[in-house]
Amino acid sequence: MRRIGLPDVIGPISDRWSRLPTPARYVVYVIAIVAAFALPADSIGSFMSPQSDWSAILFYPIGVYILLAIGLNVVVGQAGLLDLGYVAFFAIGGYTMGKIGLSLKWDFWVILPCGIAAAAVAGVILGAPTLRLRGDYLAIVTLGFGEIIRITANNLNFTGGPRGLSGIPNPPSVGSFSALQFNVATTKPFYYLVLVMIILAIVLVKRLERSRVGRAWAAIREDEDAAEVMGVPTFRFKLWAFAIGACIGGAAGVLFAAQTISITPEDFPFLLSSYIVVAVVLGGSGNLAGVILGAFLVAWLPERFRGFADYRVLAFGGALVLMMIVRPEGLLPSRRRRAELAEGTGGMGSLGGGVGGAQTQAVRIEAVETDAVQTGAVESEAAP
Amino acid sequence: MLLEIADLQVHYGKIEAIKGLSLQVDEGEIVTLIGSNGAGKTTTLKTISGLRRPTAGSIVFDGQDITKLAGHRRVQLGLCQAPEGRGIFPGMTVLENLEMGAYIRGKPPAADLDRAFSLFPRLAERRRQQGGTLSGGEQQMLAIGRALMAHPKLLLLDEPSMGLAPLIVTQIFAILREINNSGTTILLVEQNASSALQLSDRAYLLETGRVVMSGAAHDLLYEPAVRDAYLGAAPQPEERTDTS
Repeated sequence: MRRIGLPDVIGPISDRWSRLPTPARYVVYVIAIVAAFALPADSIGSFMSPQSDWSAILFYPIGVYILLAIGLNVVVGQAGLLDLGYVAFFAIGGYTMGKIGLSLKWDFWVILPCGIAAAAVAGVILGAPTLRLRGDYLAIVTLGFGEIIRITANNLNFTGGPRGLSGIPNPPSVGSFSALQFNVATTKPFYYLVLVMIILAIVLVKRLERSRVGRAWAAIREDEDAAEVMGVPTFRFKLWAFAIGACIGGAAGVLFAAQTISITPEDFPFLLSSYIVVAVVLGGSGNLAGVILGAFLVAWLPERFRGFADYRVLAFGGALVLMMIVRPEGLLPSRRRRAELAEGTGGMGSLGGGVGGAQTQAVRIEAVETDAVQTGAVESEAAP
Repeated sequence: MLLEIADLQVHYGKIEAIKGLSLQVDEGEIVTLIGSNGAGKTTTLKTISGLRRPTAGSIVFDGQDITKLAGHRRVQLGLCQAPEGRGIFPGMTVLENLEMGAYIRGKPPAADLDRAFSLFPRLAERRRQQGGTLSGGEQQMLAIGRALMAHPKLLLLDEPSMGLAPLIVTQIFAILREINNSGTTILLVEQNASSALQLSDRAYLLETGRVVMSGAAHDLLYEPAVRDAYLGAAPQPEERTDTS
């Protein structure tokens, strides 16, 4: 008897989705976007967030977490590299915004590409020496990188030390539309801004996923050696994944700093990196819809249940353990991811890269046994 | 000479896995490396395909020194490996796996896919099935078919018989013969020495990182030392079949 689980429900839905004609799919996209723009409405907010300002929460943590999760998903979900220091790129974006905004008084829109570029450069600098490592080793090095950025910011006068930077300019307001007035008192405009960035990030990431680069990432994630002997320049594409993930993280950082006006190193703790990893894994690493759902839950649940906020780390730990037992592939996994997990590859990053899954090991044992049978045959034939 | 390896040394940390190995593969040949577990067969193959760096020695392929060339660049030169443990991309369908095989050339022409499917009709039946859900034999077929998609001059195969039923092994070896007949040189690593030697033109016997014996595969097949150590199921002289 086979239990009917969530995959049996989601499988046919995703099948039907992929068979839907393109115009029909665009209609769904448009509806989703319209719904997302209508989300800050008070009637929704009174249920979603009775205790605090709903549209403020929609910007941070929800919007920012979603943007970060989309970026990290490129690294973890697509290329299969476990990055535990992703917050570093968020911080670099934030400090770029703060520093340039304060000293050069540039406009948010000019600093945004600078922050993205700075994060990309940091991604390449981190990646170039470390991407030769695999699985667990890479995770440890990236974890260290995240901490180095935070501690450096904490110790440099240039970045304001532990007090950080304050008085960072808001983005300039556009015309006299109330939706585009960016100042301390407004929250909705920032949500719309992060929403636009999320949509752009989704378009970018989706296009990449369907391209040659995306196929190379999938191959690297599933079997890096096999990818290399198929002619995929694995190192270069891993570096690309790092850089593109970093760009999105950097963009989120610029936006975050421009909204909160003041940033300190404590805004970029390791815990934030781990939340984003949790969001990606919980939602279904590699599947964009799942990742967005995961980020939403990770950001929203503690806000919704503020009374329990102190226990949220405990709750995450418990939820993760439960998830790994019941649904290791995440809430909304891609079909491909499920097959990879069954094979023991490409699970969470390449964390299991060096270790064969149950099935792979079974093959090995089988092989040894056939050998044993053959050696046995030698003896029995040689005996008479 | 298509492939010429001279005095190759490979280390895993401080452990010397390959201790000065030399071998040659001529165009059109099937050459086998046989030897027991830990003899260095797989390491040799990985070093040829660029997954491991040698500490000394040289690898010359098609007149070009590729000792320091990255693995993915070697594919462009016509060196292609079906990796150990089959190395199928489990989440990709059979078709997508084959397309990955032609990665260096972009989208593969339909003729190439047709060729893979005619060599392995089983794969055609399962073209939309995910690689990870195939049986062991089918995965092996896919691994070989995928490696052929890059139009290799030299096909490197790591233990194509590993973990497979004897009937499937026979089938796969027959297909290897067919691939070779159509002009692809094959370098094979096998533990199933008897099948491999019957298929091959020449063979090298490896022991603890060194070549201890080499020659025409046919001669090795009847070499007493080889027979005792590696050939349980070797044919008796009377049931000898001509494979050349």
